[in-house]
This record gives sequence, structure tokens and C-alpha cells, in this order.
Amino acid sequence: MLAKVTEKDMERVAELAHLELAPEETGRMLRDLNAILDYVAELNELDTMGVVPLAQVSELGDVGGPSAPRADRLEPSLKRDAVMTQAPESDRSFFKVPKVIDR
Amino acid sequence: MATETQTAGSFVAKPKTFGELRAEIAARRVKASDLAASYYQRIEKINPQLNVYLSLTKDRALAQAARVDDLATKGDPLPPLAGIPVGIKDVLIMRGAPATAGSKILQGYQPPYDCTAVARLEAAGAMLLGKLNCDEFAMGSSNENSVYGPVRNPVDPERVPGGSSGGSAAAVAANLAVATLGTDTGGSVRQPASFCGVVGVLPTYGRVSRYGLIAFASSLDRIGPLAANVRDAASMLSIIAGHDPKDATSSPAPVEDYAAASDKPAAGLRIGVPAEYFDEGLDPEVGAGIEKGIEALKAAGCQVKPVSLPHTRYAVPTYYLVATAEASANLARFDGVRYGYRSPNSATLSDMYSHSRDEGFGAEVKRRIFLGTYALSAGYYDAYYLKAQQVRRLLAEEFLRAFAEVDAIVTPTSPFPAFKLGERADDPLAMYLADIYTVTASLAGICGVSVPCGATSAGLPVGMQILASHLRESTAFRVGRAIEEAKI
Repeated sequence: MLAKVTEKDMERVAELAHLELAPEETGRMLRDLNAILDYVAELNELDTMGVVPLAQVSELGDVGGPSAPRADRLEPSLKRDAVMTQAPESDRSFFKVPKVIDR
Repeated sequence: MATETQTAGSFVAKPKTFGELRAEIAARRVKASDLAASYYQRIEKINPQLNVYLSLTKDRALAQAARVDDLATKGDPLPPLAGIPVGIKDVLIMRGAPATAGSKILQGYQPPYDCTAVARLEAAGAMLLGKLNCDEFAMGSSNENSVYGPVRNPVDPERVPGGSSGGSAAAVAANLAVATLGTDTGGSVRQPASFCGVVGVLPTYGRVSRYGLIAFASSLDRIGPLAANVRDAASMLSIIAGHDPKDATSSPAPVEDYAAASDKPAAGLRIGVPAEYFDEGLDPEVGAGIEKGIEALKAAGCQVKPVSLPHTRYAVPTYYLVATAEASANLARFDGVRYGYRSPNSATLSDMYSHSRDEGFGAEVKRRIFLGTYALSAGYYDAYYLKAQQVRRLLAEEFLRAFAEVDAIVTPTSPFPAFKLGERADDPLAMYLADIYTVTASLAGICGVSVPCGATSAGLPVGMQILASHLRESTAFRVGRAIEEAKI
């Protein structure tokens, strides 16, 4: 867990997250991330061998979580028109985006 | 009419209680439409100085006022929140009203549906005044991360109101709403409530539907009320709580009349005090305020005893790994395709995604997406995300063991009172430590309330955090009432 984030890691993460970093932002982000990761390394002090990970508190047992999944039924949803009005660019039926394949 | 009392040199003003307003409207001494108008006048006058509201929903509030006045004129029964002016944190969506989440990336977005909690407030008669400023995507502890500028603390405008629900807390403190809704992922209702001297509720995870809440970290996000007193906050929770088919994690457990339950004296309750929350990082004046609160609980007939929560110190690192991992997934949806901001001049789809996100997200949001994406990426998943989930279980189980011994646990809400604008803005780690006493309950899914508990010598509010086990909101409210009645 003591791995240092490198500029190469940052490039990979930026690609995964569809984010860009201007060259002047990279240094700051690298410094912040390494400081935060150094701090979270404190968790290594704890032996968690055999501890079952907890993703959702409903897994804790009787804590008032949902009891059963809902029935799988078709329900009315939002009207397409109402949704499409929010699109930056659309033809009212489809979202328009720049071309995907360059040929 | 909106103003009852205003302290000189600050913007602090105490709203009337729900009960007082209801009686006045029912007796037709006050018209809901006049009440709404007086709040809008006050907002117009004070908002430029505090930056609390991002947008107003006047048409909707006035239409509701007309309905309430109509009922009152006919002498028909009034719904429970008839004519109560409320404000809504701008991560909760309202049909047709701008929803920004404090971010540029949602520029121009006007959602086509209502958040369940907001719709329930309106169905109960509340007047929805407008949308309240907050940290971008609720990420922050000072409200300085809003692209629309920081909110200022009504107690001292040179100081932050806390975050991320800074606008929601400041609105109540300055009587720009009688009550508000905020959201709490790692302390975002409780901490600003403590900084501004108001009451803020963290309901049990699943108690309130998250439908229509712009997601930050889905296993942690909760919607909670803020109000000037415990009873009103409790009333509001009874309205917004309860199962919602639109949120699969919402609890089917029956909803209590929390306000009535809060009337029951706290005498006989067992109160735990964890030493881990009173360490060297705690401001001595905040500590002194909480000590007075604990004495008041003893005087009220509570049995106070120490409890041990040794994993507390691991909560902030655990929280920041879990929350950023979930955020990196949740915020993937903002890509410029379906709503909000799209960067112009992108030649390809891939460029459009990354340009829109680069230009649309602020620095803290990017930092958290980077951290979360890194923690989830191949090679690091086990070391970071999985490890954090394991520690999360240890933290949650530790609380469950403590609640076998005590009914409630009391701590400071924040290690320090409201700090000055800019004081922590350059150091993300220092800002994260502001959440040190609140993230534990967030990870464990338990409920709590932050209640004003005295002030520092400079007059800055101190908040006591009262935690109770899952679905034991009534217990937390009873303890809160005892603190309130002690007038510390």
C-alpha cells in the first residue's frame, strides 16, 4: 500500500476516468494524491485477515434494510420528450454526439 | 414578519416554530402567501451577503401558499407542514427548477422529475422557497468548493458555514427558511449544523429515499432535515421517511411520529461517552461545551458511562477510500451526452467526454475522482478499496457492540468551531480531518443528530453529536431535547 503514484499512473487513471489534466495541474494532483495515500496507509496497521468486507450496511443484519426485491413489473417512466429537452444536442428522438469512428 | 429576533453584528435570526406558524395560519392571523412574500423579501435583502440561495422557486411556493390559504379560509384541516417555508439543498432535484449540485457540469439542467423527499414535503403542505448552495457534488467541509462561490456563516460572515450543506444550515440560522433539507455523506448535515448553531439530522441509512438525490457515494448518502429546534427537525423527518419503491435501499420499517417521541424525557437513558472523540485534536472550548452538555444530561436523569470505540482513528482514511471509489463510479454519468454542460469544439466522442468533464468539474471533484479511480484500478483494488470495506465492518460492528451497552453516544460534532474562509482551502488532508467525528456514523449506517451545545468565547456555536443505533432516531431526538432544554 506504500506505492507512490507516478506521472505514468496519473495518465492511466486520467484515461480510465475520462479526465484531462493540464501540465500545470499534474504536479499539484500528484502531490495531493500521494499525501492522501500516505495517510490512508494507516489502515495497514490493522490486521483484517478473514474480515468480510462491508459494502452496504444492510449486510449487517437486522438494521431495517429492504426485506425483498420488488416485483419485476413494467412501470411507466418519464416521457421521452421531457428527457430529450435536457440534451445538449438531440433530434428529439436520439442524443447527438460527435462522430465515433474516424474514417 | 419573517424576522423574530436578529442579533446585532451578525445575520442570525430565529425562525418561528412549526407549531407557532401552524397556529397562526390555521387561525388566519397570517396568510401563507404573505409569509412566503416576507421570506422572499428577506432573501432578496440578505442573500447577496451570504450567498445561501442559488435559485428561487417562487411560482411553486406561491402556488402552494394559495392552496394553503384556500384550505385555511374554508376551515378545512391543514396538512402537517401547511405553509412552512423550506429550502432545498441543490443536490436534490425539483421538476423544472435548475439543479446545479454546485457544479458547472450541470449548467442549464432542469430535471423533469421531483426528488421523493422534496415531493413528500410539498405534499405535506410545505412551501418550497428555492435551491440552496453547497459544495460541488456535496464534496467539501466548508462550502468553498461551490462553483457559485462560498456561503458565508450568518454568525460571522468571515467564517465558513461548514459543508457540504452549508447553504441549508446558513438558511435556517439566518431565518431565510424555517427549515431545510440537506444531505450527509460523511457529516455534511451535522457539521454545518454545528458551525451555524442549528439542528441537523442524520437519519439511519435507508430511512429516507435517495430518489432524486444527485449521487455522491451511494452506500453513504442520506437526506436529512435541518431546523432551528429538535422537535421541528423530528417532525420533518416523519414526513420524508419511509419506503419508496423508487429506491431499492429504502427501508420498509414503519415510520414513527418522531416529534411526539422526542417529547418523552431523556431520564433513564444510558449515554455513552467515547474517549476517542476527546483526543488532543479537540479544541478545548468545544470540549468544554460538550462537557457542560454531558453534565446537563446527568442532571436530566441520564446514566452516563464511558464506551470504547478504538477503531475511530481509522474512520477518515476508510471513509475517503470508500466515498471516492463510489464517487468515481457515480460521476461517470456526467459526460456531456444527455444533460448539462457539453464542451464545444470536440472533434470526437472521446474528446467530448474528457473536455466536458475537464471543463465541468472543479478541483476537489477531480481529486476525488482520481483517488477513487486509482483505488479501484487493477492492482490496487485489494490494497485500498477492499481493505477499506473490511475496516468499515470493524467500525460498524464496534458501534453495534457499544449500543448493546448504551442507548446513545454523545461526542463533539466537529473538533473545532467554524473556521475562516480560505484557512483550510489549500490543504485537502486538513479539510478531510474536519470530518473526523462524523464519518464513523456514516460508515456504520447509524443515525444521529447535531444539536447546539453552547458557544466559544468568540461566540461561535458548538454542536453536540448524539448517535443512536439503526432506526433509533427517537432516542437521539429525546437526548437532543434534553440538551436543548438545558440552554447551555
